[in-house]
Amino acid sequence: MQSALIIPLVIYLILVYLLAAYANRILSKSGNFLEEYFIGSRQMGGFVLAMTLVATYTSASSFVGGPGVAYKMGLGWVLLAMIQLPAAWLSLSVLGKKYAIIARRINAVTINDILRARYNNQWVVICGSLALVIFFIAAMVAQFVGGARLFEGMTGLSYNTGLIIFASTVVLYTTIGGFRAVALTDAVQGVVMIIGTTALLFGVIKAGGGIPNLVASLHAVDPALITPAGPNGFLSKPFILSFWVLVCFGVIGIPHTAVRCFGYKDSRAMHRAIIIGTFVLGFLMLGMHLCGAFGRVIVPGLTVGDKIMPALTLKVLPPVFAGIFLAGPLAAIMSTIDSQLILASATIVKDLYINYIKKESSDPAKDRNPLLKRLSFYTTAILGLIVFGASFNPPDLIVWLNLFAFGGLQAAFLWPLVLGLYWKRANASGALAAMVVGVGSYFYFATCIKRVAGMHVIVPVLAITLAVFVLVSLLTPKPDEATLDLFWGTGEE
Amino acid sequence: MTNPPDVDHAGGLAENLVILEGEEKQMERKTDRRFVQANKEAVIAVALSLAYFIWWYATAYGLGDRPVAEYTYILGFPAWFFYSCIAGFILFAVLAALMVRFLFKEVSLARSEENTGGDA
Repeated sequence: MQSALIIPLVIYLILVYLLAAYANRILSKSGNFLEEYFIGSRQMGGFVLAMTLVATYTSASSFVGGPGVAYKMGLGWVLLAMIQLPAAWLSLSVLGKKYAIIARRINAVTINDILRARYNNQWVVICGSLALVIFFIAAMVAQFVGGARLFEGMTGLSYNTGLIIFASTVVLYTTIGGFRAVALTDAVQGVVMIIGTTALLFGVIKAGGGIPNLVASLHAVDPALITPAGPNGFLSKPFILSFWVLVCFGVIGIPHTAVRCFGYKDSRAMHRAIIIGTFVLGFLMLGMHLCGAFGRVIVPGLTVGDKIMPALTLKVLPPVFAGIFLAGPLAAIMSTIDSQLILASATIVKDLYINYIKKESSDPAKDRNPLLKRLSFYTTAILGLIVFGASFNPPDLIVWLNLFAFGGLQAAFLWPLVLGLYWKRANASGALAAMVVGVGSYFYFATCIKRVAGMHVIVPVLAITLAVFVLVSLLTPKPDEATLDLFWGTGEE
Repeated sequence: MTNPPDVDHAGGLAENLVILEGEEKQMERKTDRRFVQANKEAVIAVALSLAYFIWWYATAYGLGDRPVAEYTYILGFPAWFFYSCIAGFILFAVLAALMVRFLFKEVSLARSEENTGGDA
């Protein structure tokens, strides 16, 4: 039983290593190390872009935590998950071609490169970089915990062994292959997720004797499981509506998806990615959460919701297939961590080290020196190891932990990015005030108040942040002509 | 998909700009026309999201906010769930594809409009 499960997984991990080796070969031939290592030389086509965007976006919370909550909340939580459907078309079109063009004008590799060009202010960049690195570390720990728990659930190996195998794979392939390895493995992982979701959904429906039967059984367990409001009316309207901000509109400001929105090679790639990405994202969200909700009937009586996906897979699929298909959620987790790891590393190397410590090599075309290469590899590896070390003592419900970092990143980046692109009057003081107030109030609201008038705290936080940004910008001088030309004009001057 | 009229348009634009280049330098800031199109696309994408929100809300709560005993079922799912989560997904994924096909334009991503021919 065990080996039948493990063999497909080992094959899958080997494939991931091969892709990393391939990316490393391209990297060693590349003339511009930083652009290749951190953004894959902006060469993504439509399919890879769609897959890496969706795979990065769908994480442990969509494949483990989310279905775990659906197990307890029923179809209402699937309704909540479907709020994410516009995420791909929204983030690609709102940041859009303008953002991709400006990124090329300034050779941007990270989100903070865009902020630096727009606001010309070192404190905006430093605050942005710190927020990014800190929240990414928290998010990556949550992802590692999710991955290791999944490993534990499916193979019977201990949590720590699972963590070691799983984490070392991610850290290694990201370190040696850089962004290109991340994007390529994401594409493979996206395909694995689609296959895994399809198989599991069919398995569950078959095991439950068809959809009418499953819905009737859910109704028998608790009629509230088939209502939009869920048991005890937990999914109240203000709460569920605030997720439109948190997991739909706010996604535009999530740095590891936003960075992909300037990594594609041409506008055709972006167009195709919107079409493919929307289908794939919708399918994965619907399929996984529906499995979680129906899981209540197939595997009743679980207390830790996070265990539903492994339990369900083992129950409804034969072992060899289970091994292949469990790679799906594992892939979702790996593809999120790798993206965060490479962007956190890019932020430290490019935004902090090159900008403020070693200023002379600000021209990316000259960044070929071996020191910078070594520094980039080491930074990625060390960051990975820190997160890995922090994951040995796991907390309980992944989805909340992960959402904490998720909201904090939106509070810091959404308005500085979006207003920077579309509001000429936005300036550095406004952006800086928005970042500080955004992150500060998010921490305050999330720890002290929890829900505001029944809403998730992200809603008041983003409203306050917007008000502060606009007010401070209007009270301070407008941006200079060169910046306006770069972001609205022809970029000649 | 290529969109031949746009390639022509972009080519004509490039010629105009080459002619104007010398005298325009000192003048007021010129708007990059690709950004005008990008703004339009951003607005369309937000509008489509709002349309999805209305569909999602109307079907889920219009059909689901009532006693379970009164529910009707489609393909085994409660009607509210079928319309909001399954039909809504398919409908709006198709609308997103149509939006990209008919309303979005292919543009060069080069640093300036003049290089349009390069990598479009």
